[in-house]
Amino acid sequence: MTPLLEARGVAMGDRLAAMDLVSAGGEMIALVGPNGGGKTSLLRALAGVEEARGAVAIDGEALAGLGEARRRRLLAFLPASREVAWHIAVRDVIALSGASTVEVDRWVTAFELERFAGRSIGNLSTGERARALLARAMAAGPRVLLLDEPLSNLDPYWVLRTLELLAEAARGGATVMIALHDLALVERFDRLLLLENGRVVGDGAPSALKERLGSLFGVELSPDGQWQISLSADPRSSR
Amino acid sequence: MRRAPFLLVILAALVALHLLLPASLLSLDPAVRDLLLLELRLPRTLLVAGYGATLGLTGAAIQALFANPLASPDVTGSSSGAALGAVLGGYWLGLTEPLALAACGAIGALAALGGLILFAGRRADTATLLLAGIGISLACGAGTSLALALAPSPFAFYDAFDWLMGSFTDRSLSQAAAALIPAAIAAALLVRHARALDLLALGEDVAASLGHRPGRLGIEVVALSAVAVGACVAVCGAVGFIGLIAPFLARRMTAGHPGRAMVPAALIGALLLLLADLVTRSLDRPIPIGVITALAGTPLFLWLIVHQRRGMTP
Repeated sequence: MTPLLEARGVAMGDRLAAMDLVSAGGEMIALVGPNGGGKTSLLRALAGVEEARGAVAIDGEALAGLGEARRRRLLAFLPASREVAWHIAVRDVIALSGASTVEVDRWVTAFELERFAGRSIGNLSTGERARALLARAMAAGPRVLLLDEPLSNLDPYWVLRTLELLAEAARGGATVMIALHDLALVERFDRLLLLENGRVVGDGAPSALKERLGSLFGVELSPDGQWQISLSADPRSSR
Repeated sequence: MRRAPFLLVILAALVALHLLLPASLLSLDPAVRDLLLLELRLPRTLLVAGYGATLGLTGAAIQALFANPLASPDVTGSSSGAALGAVLGGYWLGLTEPLALAACGAIGALAALGGLILFAGRRADTATLLLAGIGISLACGAGTSLALALAPSPFAFYDAFDWLMGSFTDRSLSQAAAALIPAAIAAALLVRHARALDLLALGEDVAASLGHRPGRLGIEVVALSAVAVGACVAVCGAVGFIGLIAPFLARRMTAGHPGRAMVPAALIGALLLLLADLVTRSLDRPIPIGVITALAGTPLFLWLIVHQRRGMTP
């Protein structure tokens, strides 16, 4: 069976050593590693944002040379920057994904953006903008989501809610790959890719990589000492 | 875009007005009347509407590319570059063919825009963009004055005075063709990039992830804008501010989308320049049309700068 995401010999200058990466689909992958470890470079290489060596295929289709109509069904890339250059309404920003009006409405609701839907994205707070841009990335229902630090700027509720929405996409068969800094969240992922100096130094389930994580960052990870947060039963009533 | 048909109706009415006013022409002998309409009025109307549309469309494209509402053919120095190119071609190389002059204008505009990207980069902040544009405009302006002062023809300076600030008097149909055919081809090629320019609002990386190539897009937008603006400037001189105002108004019709604003910006540009030319023709003394557009456009330009200073992109 063809894997959903298949990257062979992907490399980028001195930032990313040649690596192979395969995902069958239906999984949440967190890219974890120190600053400059290669998380962003890997996401950019997979999304074809930057010139990279190697070949990337999604659903058995080579990405190189594919046009927008096909690409937006296959993948979405969310850069770490939250800037939108023009005054475009939130709903229109999501519609730039190419999704239908019904889908756009669905994502406006999913990210609770109804209040801002008609407002210019430039007038939103950074966190609200982050939600709108996530909705843009997810709206066309791409098979592979490549998201660079999608959880930064989000408040605790939205960190967890976004992870839920991403997990839903993964349950639908998508591969979700995000650059992540918050170690308290790694257990919510199916698979970790540890990146250091542009190389994969660990690949597997979070439970298997716990010790490597600590040494990678030079920090102590106490087994049960972390703050545990979860969504309350009726989160909206508390907001 | 619901207002587009409305815009087309106004534009058609203005074209008719521009062609037929002053109406004294209509009472002439039919043979003379038709000759005057075809040889004098028609080229002028075509040039005014076409040049206005070119400025609006290229202004929208350049603004979308630089992600900055203050970028435009005049502010980026491409109009002055085109003027320098045309002056060098006309007074130093002795070219008289309208198409050859249009090519000189295009080369000058291309050099100016190329220089801008070299100095400021493609997504420069406003200050860098404006400073680089001012530098290029000043250099081209000085170069143009020098080229005219030292030109073999002693009348070059007087000759060029009203042309440089924009002039549509006594242009022939072949001159109109030399300016507008390259401009129309370039415009058609630019409009193909509307979607990619819209996506640039989300950043070059998002556009690239969807298969567009921002680097190549930038080169194409710059080259095509230079060809369109250069050809028009070579024939009609440099007219400022239309390329700044028209895209600004057009984005109000496209809910802020910079790429799909190109076509409405072309319509609005044509409309504004037709209006400005109707004003110049109604005056007793000949005032270059560039003076009218600058007088009307400066307040908006300053308003945009103030808004940018407050961190808002209108």
